[in-house]
Amino acid sequence: MLRIRSVTTSYSNIRALNNVSLHISAGEIVTLIGSNGAGKTTMLNTISGLVCPREGEISFNDQNIAGLPPERIVEMGISQVPEGRQLFASLSVMDNLLLGAYPHLRKKKNTKSIQDSLHSVFNLFPVLAQRKRQLAGTLSGGEQQMLAIGRALMARPKLMLLDEPSMGLAPLLVTEIFRVIRKLREEGTTILLVEQNARSALRICNRAYVLETGRVVLEGSAEELLENQLVKHAYLGKEYREVWE
Amino acid sequence: MPIWNKEAECFPRDELKQIQLERLQSTLNRAYENVSFYRQLFDQQGILPEEIRSMADLSKLSFTNREDLRRAYPYGFFAVSLRQVIRIHATSGTTGEPIVVGYTRNDLRNWSELTARVLFAGGVTKDDVVQIAFGYGIFTGAFGYHYGAEKIGASVIPVSSGATERQIKILQDFRTTALVCTPSYAVEIAELVKEMKIDPNSLALRVGLFSGEPWSDDLRRQIERDLYISATDNYGLTEVIGPGVAFECEFKNGLHINEDHFLAEVIDPVTAEPLPPGKEGELVFTALTKEAFPIIRYRTGDISALLPEKCPCGRTFQRLRKVGGRTDDLVIIRGVRFFPSQIEGILMRIEEAEPHYQLIVHRPGLLEEVELWVEVSDKIFSDEIKRLEEVERKIRDEIQRTLGVELKVKLVEPRTINRNEGKIKRTGG
Repeated sequence: MLRIRSVTTSYSNIRALNNVSLHISAGEIVTLIGSNGAGKTTMLNTISGLVCPREGEISFNDQNIAGLPPERIVEMGISQVPEGRQLFASLSVMDNLLLGAYPHLRKKKNTKSIQDSLHSVFNLFPVLAQRKRQLAGTLSGGEQQMLAIGRALMARPKLMLLDEPSMGLAPLLVTEIFRVIRKLREEGTTILLVEQNARSALRICNRAYVLETGRVVLEGSAEELLENQLVKHAYLGKEYREVWE
Repeated sequence: MPIWNKEAECFPRDELKQIQLERLQSTLNRAYENVSFYRQLFDQQGILPEEIRSMADLSKLSFTNREDLRRAYPYGFFAVSLRQVIRIHATSGTTGEPIVVGYTRNDLRNWSELTARVLFAGGVTKDDVVQIAFGYGIFTGAFGYHYGAEKIGASVIPVSSGATERQIKILQDFRTTALVCTPSYAVEIAELVKEMKIDPNSLALRVGLFSGEPWSDDLRRQIERDLYISATDNYGLTEVIGPGVAFECEFKNGLHINEDHFLAEVIDPVTAEPLPPGKEGELVFTALTKEAFPIIRYRTGDISALLPEKCPCGRTFQRLRKVGGRTDDLVIIRGVRFFPSQIEGILMRIEEAEPHYQLIVHRPGLLEEVELWVEVSDKIFSDEIKRLEEVERKIRDEIQRTLGVELKVKLVEPRTINRNEGKIKRTGG
């Protein structure tokens, strides 16, 4: 579904991603793990079009998307749930959700499908239905994360990019969020997940790539990586190696 | 059509290429970071790993040779700390300092997967009784197949090598259905079976997987006839992983390379230029998933060719042609490898022998035979037959002790051996 070949993304002269290749097949959950600054968020931003890669190719369902504007990429079926949620705090839950469906809002005849999307989101997150007129900024952390995911779902994405969904959430909520992610996969959404909580992520994903300073240093199935010592090096950082060996 | 891992072995080629690129890039990143030989190799050429943006770029990198690995003895090539290495193997060291290789837990898991594919393609299932007649020791042969066979769920008998009469007793009594050993040992077993007047039909033996030295299709047919089995070839080498690199399927028409774990290239042995599929040259391998011991563009010295045509078995893995000769003088006999020059070292230790020798390689039957001709002084040559036999035996024993192989020795008059010819003479018959 998504094929990334030798992508390099720079911010001025700093290479945040250096010759990175990865792929996601339909129906998979793939995780990017790595410590802070490894390039995980940059990868998601490169895919969604917020940043343009300096080199390399990105193809989504065999169409080249590198360099396309973000709104085109959303229309093609990729939605991003950004790090820190980035909701419209002064708008209601409902308005946030409707804004998420904007690619469909432009075509009047899709009112039915927007109703359907709303219905699914409320099914998935009943608490959002209860609070639909509430201002997004007044929701709790967990509710905000649900709203952020719900908003992304309104665009009916084929591929969802999730950036640190568990960040800042209490452990019980983290479990809940990961349960939702698993459910999304069951319903046919393909997911690229970025997580610092490597263990939780590895428990629900099929495969993962480990990034270290913008490079892939390891990849494999979730099972392989859960046991792998080298993963600990990458996300705890180099000092770990010196202290323990 | 037995395929162990249908998903991996039948990947559409474009998906396979993507996986190969990802794995190559992460391997290069790890190797550059952790193995000083590779960091130097890149730095000397002024290349960074990130400049390898496609498979074609791989040919920008220089090669790794046996000498490079040997110089790193023992652990210089390891990319992880010893604590993560849970298995250590080595080459025999008959050709010089041994090459030491290591495996992490993940490497071992991958290795068993690969040899499971080999064995399954060769007809081994969980209902089989597998007799592994490779030497269990520091070599990769025995253990490589052992864990693959266990993964399949077969009943594995780790018989190890030697004691041929006992091997046959086990074949009979334990109802072995699959035999794993070198082709020449299979011949030895077949000969003893015949000598002991055992009807091959009375054996439960069904399949054989033979590797470790080049062998012909004619020899395969002979073994199949003599033991009433189906015999397949497979290929591997310790420096790359051990057994599990490439294997024949039921069509026995080339060896499928486990391309999701290894990249194969064929190069011109003299110019080192990559050759297109179909052209014969030297096999070069790059391992894509190894953690403890990354190996990049390793020149094997083995001669073969890539066969890109699709195989009817359904696997999308490219095949390589049955491996034949060598680019160098390496002699492979009974699975043991040595260079002719090592004979010299041995002869120096024997005062009755002159350091003038020649290895005569011929093929009286289907197996290669190697005879060592050694010059002795006039004085010894004109001595009693008994004395000559003693000297012959001394040389034979010393070679057996040092190299682990028994060679026929023939003493010849001084100045009989042409000094200008190579040390190996291959004759026809």
